[in-house]
Amino acid sequence: MSCDQCREREAVIHLTQIVNEQVTTLHLCEKCAAEKGVESPGAVAKTPLGSFLAAMGKGTEQAPAPLAREACARCGATFQDFRETGRLGCPDCYRTFEAPLRDLLRRLHGSTHHLGERYAEREPSAAQAREHAAELREQLRLAVETENFELAAEIRDQLRVLE
Amino acid sequence: MIDLSLLTDGGVGWLDASGPSSHLVLSTRIRLARNLADHVFQGRTSETQREEILQTVEGAARDSVLLRRATRFRLDRLDRVDRQLLHERHLVSKELAGLDPDGRVRSGASLLVQDRMGVMLNEEDHLRIQGLHSGFALDAAYAEADRLDAELGQRLAFAFHPEFGYLTSCPTNVGTGLRASVLIHLPGLVLTKEISKVLQGLAQVGLTHRGLYGEGSEVVGNFFQLSNQTTLGSSERELLDHLGKMVRQVMDYEEQARQVLVRDAPTVIEDKVWRAYGLLRYARSLSFDEAMNLLSGVRLGVGVGLIPDVAMYTLNKLLIYAQPAHLAVAEGITPDDAELPLRRARFVRKVLESEVGRRG
Repeated sequence: MSCDQCREREAVIHLTQIVNEQVTTLHLCEKCAAEKGVESPGAVAKTPLGSFLAAMGKGTEQAPAPLAREACARCGATFQDFRETGRLGCPDCYRTFEAPLRDLLRRLHGSTHHLGERYAEREPSAAQAREHAAELREQLRLAVETENFELAAEIRDQLRVLE
Repeated sequence: MIDLSLLTDGGVGWLDASGPSSHLVLSTRIRLARNLADHVFQGRTSETQREEILQTVEGAARDSVLLRRATRFRLDRLDRVDRQLLHERHLVSKELAGLDPDGRVRSGASLLVQDRMGVMLNEEDHLRIQGLHSGFALDAAYAEADRLDAELGQRLAFAFHPEFGYLTSCPTNVGTGLRASVLIHLPGLVLTKEISKVLQGLAQVGLTHRGLYGEGSEVVGNFFQLSNQTTLGSSERELLDHLGKMVRQVMDYEEQARQVLVRDAPTVIEDKVWRAYGLLRYARSLSFDEAMNLLSGVRLGVGVGLIPDVAMYTLNKLLIYAQPAHLAVAEGITPDDAELPLRRARFVRKVLESEVGRRG
């Protein structure tokens, strides 16, 4: 059988896809398959979604049986819903399904600990606000100096909001 | 018809080829995924809730400095061609624009945009804060997106977990919610057949690649979007530094590949770029993919100094205005009109002719 894509080389990979509930099978040669980002059989999925789904499968094996049925008290989503859609229902789902999610996050990101900016601490300090205002006043001075009044008005508005 | 000229830079400021390394890197994009703590995630929202989310965020935007003058586009009230136009300008995702095969736009799907910054609303997450810069400018693009995030974060209650960080509807985005991507042109690596090795190497260090239009899009015209794959377990700084370091390495590889081509196969490469130029200047019918591939050849020719009289900016302009919706709107026809390839060829000819005239 020749490759559906290039119609030249021998098809070695047979990819079955379900799109809009229609099953289609694609026969591809190794080269076209690689171009389409399809791994040869047996290879571990390297795409984010591939590793994600693999991880989800493993997550459920380890999850205790009741968990699959347990629903999030806030939005009603179950872990089964998540497995089907790949999307959680609401922020509380992260608490409801904490154990299997923790496992999943470790597989996806190699960690469960957020090390980036922290939301609660984001309020800029008064010092920062003063600094920003000083910066704007300097820009305003320059704008007036260069007679760029449109810009000056813009900066003045920004200062007003800030103050 | 929407009027994109309402946007200060027409929404294409990022294409002006003014940014660092713009001969290789078209643009740098930062995206921060955020959700409102007191709403369920998008997949479970009702029409009313999405409307509420929209109102809440719009209110916060009006009180902000960075989005105070934002132009709002309600994608759920736009025609398909207009939504496609915004998508072609890289201002909204395919998903938000409802351009997937099922073609439905979610109610409440909207975009707020002011200068280089914007927020997609009711996307996979309630907010997708984004900053788009010309050239290779990770730090500048992040600094702006971060400022907007801070501003909106003071006025909105974001879903945040002490251990997991910013909560997102898909766990692949949790933590920082940061996706930084660099749109880079790599014809040298493609021609020397080194590209798959490079992309595999990037996958091993936690980076992923996509096509011209981001998620789910194919690679056209040798443009690759390189971005971080993980969002949790590293700080924003670390994620950006890592991506930046790797992109610089890819840029070095690309330059080396170009040198090899020019040194070892000068006639082949010369023929290739001039052939591409010739086709663009004289062809009478061009499909979008063909135009992109030929533009890639010319861009390479300009990059290695073989084609002296075409500006990068002109090539960038062609990249945008030769796209189906842009061209169709300019020509007053529909994007699926059979005339489109003919009009595209005529448009490209005209732009290149005037370029030569202007310079010569």
